[in-house]
Amino acid sequence: MESILVLTHADETGAAFTKASLEAVAAGKDLAARLSAPLTIGIVSADPQFLSKSLPSARVLAVSGEAFAQPRYATDAAACEALCRAANATIVLAPGSSRFARVMAGVAHRLGGFIDTHITSLAGTETVEASRWFYRQRIEAVLARDARPWFLLLDAGTHAPFVAEASAPSVKQVAVELPALRTTVSGTRAPQAGESTIRPDAQLLFVAGAGWTKKQPDGQVHAAEANELILGFLRASGASLGSSKSLVDQGGEGQPVLPFLTHLNQVGQTGATPRHPKGLSTCCHGEEPHVVGWRFIADRRAINLDANCGWARGKADVVYIADAFEVMSKVNALLASVAK
Amino acid sequence: MSQAFHIVVCAGIVPDPLQTLEPTTTPAGPGLKNEMVLPAVLDPWAASALYEAANLAGKNPDSKLWLVSLAPKAKLQQVMMTVAQKVAFELVPIDGPMGGFPDAHSTAAALAEAIKSIQGLDRARLLIFGGWESATRGAGVTLQLIGERLGIADQFQGVDQIDLHDDNSFEVLERVEGGKHQVSVCAGAPAVLGWATGNLPEPRNNPQIGMGNMRTLMPALQKAKPATLPANGLRYVSVNLPRQQRTTRVVKDLTPDQIAAELVDWIAAK
Repeated sequence: MESILVLTHADETGAAFTKASLEAVAAGKDLAARLSAPLTIGIVSADPQFLSKSLPSARVLAVSGEAFAQPRYATDAAACEALCRAANATIVLAPGSSRFARVMAGVAHRLGGFIDTHITSLAGTETVEASRWFYRQRIEAVLARDARPWFLLLDAGTHAPFVAEASAPSVKQVAVELPALRTTVSGTRAPQAGESTIRPDAQLLFVAGAGWTKKQPDGQVHAAEANELILGFLRASGASLGSSKSLVDQGGEGQPVLPFLTHLNQVGQTGATPRHPKGLSTCCHGEEPHVVGWRFIADRRAINLDANCGWARGKADVVYIADAFEVMSKVNALLASVAK
Repeated sequence: MSQAFHIVVCAGIVPDPLQTLEPTTTPAGPGLKNEMVLPAVLDPWAASALYEAANLAGKNPDSKLWLVSLAPKAKLQQVMMTVAQKVAFELVPIDGPMGGFPDAHSTAAALAEAIKSIQGLDRARLLIFGGWESATRGAGVTLQLIGERLGIADQFQGVDQIDLHDDNSFEVLERVEGGKHQVSVCAGAPAVLGWATGNLPEPRNNPQIGMGNMRTLMPALQKAKPATLPANGLRYVSVNLPRQQRTTRVVKDLTPDQIAAELVDWIAAK
C-alpha cells in the first residue's frame, strides 16, 4: 500500500506557504484520496507554528530553526531527508520551486529512492502515472515507476492551490542533524536596477522579439522608442516580459539593445517556459525554438509584418499583420485612457 | 590571489533545436526517430558551463578542465569536431545511449564513476559544472545526483555568475522565482554548479585550440568505456507529440487603431 508525503516550504516572508507548496498539498490530498493512502505533510520553515492552519487534516511533521529560513542545499537536503525518514512514505510530492528543485534529487538519492521532475499531472487509481514533457516541451510522456520511494516534483501552476479548512492540524517537530555549513545566503538580487519585468503571476506574457531593434521603414533603428513602448505597456497592463534569445544576445554582440532585458527574460528552447493564461508576441518570427517556450500559454496572439511567419502557421490563435511600433503605441494610449 | 581548480564539466549532446523530433519505440524503450542521423550539438546550458569553466580556468593558472560526456561514440566524435575548437579541455567520453528517455539516476551513476576514474583529480579543488537542465530530459537532477555520489554538499542550480574572492571563497548568483538571483557565498571547492546562461558569449572557433584538443580527443574516444543504463523501474506508459496546430486567424485588413482596440478588449477579458 502506498503512503504519501507532501513536502512544503514557507515563502520569503516565512509567514505563509508558497503558492506552489499549496498546489502540492492539493495534489497530495487528491492522490491520497484516490489511492486510499495515508497522507503526511512535511514543512521546512524557520517557524512553522502559524503555517499549519493553511493545511488539511493530516499528519504534519516540521523541521524548524533559523538555518531553514533561507534556501541552501546543505540545510534543505538535511531537512527534507529527516522529514522523509520520519514519514517513511512510498511517494513524496514536492513543489518544483527553485528551493526544492535544488535539493530533491539529492534527497531521493540519500533515501535510496528515485525522482522525476516537472510533473504536470498525476493520474491512475491503482498505480500512479505521472505526465511530463521531454525535449523542452516538444514531446509529452506518461511514466510510472515500480521503485520506491518515488519523488515527484510538481511544476508550479499545474494544480489549484489548497484552500484552508476550518481546523489546523497539530504539528510534530522532527530533529535534524546539520552538517558543517560552508555556504551563507545573503538574500536575493534583481539583475537590473529599476522595475521588475518578470511577473510569474501576471495574466499576460508579453514577448519582445529581435525586430524591435531592427531598422524600421525610415531606415533607422528606434531602440529608445521600443524601450519606451515596451516599458509603457508593461506598466499599463501588468504583463510579464519575455524575450527571444536573439534579442537578449544582441547585448553581447554590440548591437542596439533594450537595457531592461536579461537572459532571465528569455523564453524558448534555451530559456523559460512560463505559465500565463494569455501571451502576446511582437516582432518575433515564431519559429519552433521560440514557440516551445509558449507550450503553457493558453491564448496566443502575435503582431508581425510577415504573414508567413511561424505564428501564422498554427502557432498562434490570432496574428495581426501590422507594424508593432504603431500598434503598441495605440494600445498604450488606449490603456492610459482606460486607466483615467 | 588565484587558485588552481580542477573543473569537470558534464555535458550531453542533443538534437539541433531546429530539427523536427518524432518519438519512436526502440528495443530499449522510447527514443527519437532517426536519432543517430539527426544533427547534434552540445547541450546549450552545458555549453554555457563549458565556456564559464574555460574562462575560470584561464584566469586561474594551473587549473585543469575535463569534459565528461555520455553519448554514442560516433555521435560524440562528430560534435567534438566543433566543440574542440572553442576551448581547451580533456575529454572523458562514455559510450552509451543519448537522449532524454534513459533514467537520470543511471546517467548520473555512469558520470560519477567516470569522474572518480580521472587520473590526478584533486577532490579538494574540484568544481563540478554542467547545465542546470538538459535540452533532452530537462529534469535538472543529474548534477545533484553526481554531487551526492561524490559527497559534495555545496550545490547551486541555475547559476548565472560566480565571483572568486581572495580567501578562496566565491559568490554565486542562482536563478530563483520572479526574475531574481539568490546570492550565496561558498567557502570554496568542492562544489557543484548547474549553470543557466551565464554571461559569456560562445567563443569563436580557434583552429589552434582544436589541434591541441585533437591530440588527446581521438585516443580518448577510442578508449571510451561502454555504459549500460538500467531503467530503475521507470516505465513509459505513452510518449507522444502534442497536438499543437492551432487554427490561426490571420488579420491583414485592420488599421493599427482597430488592432489596438481589439487587443485592449482581449487583455481586459477574463
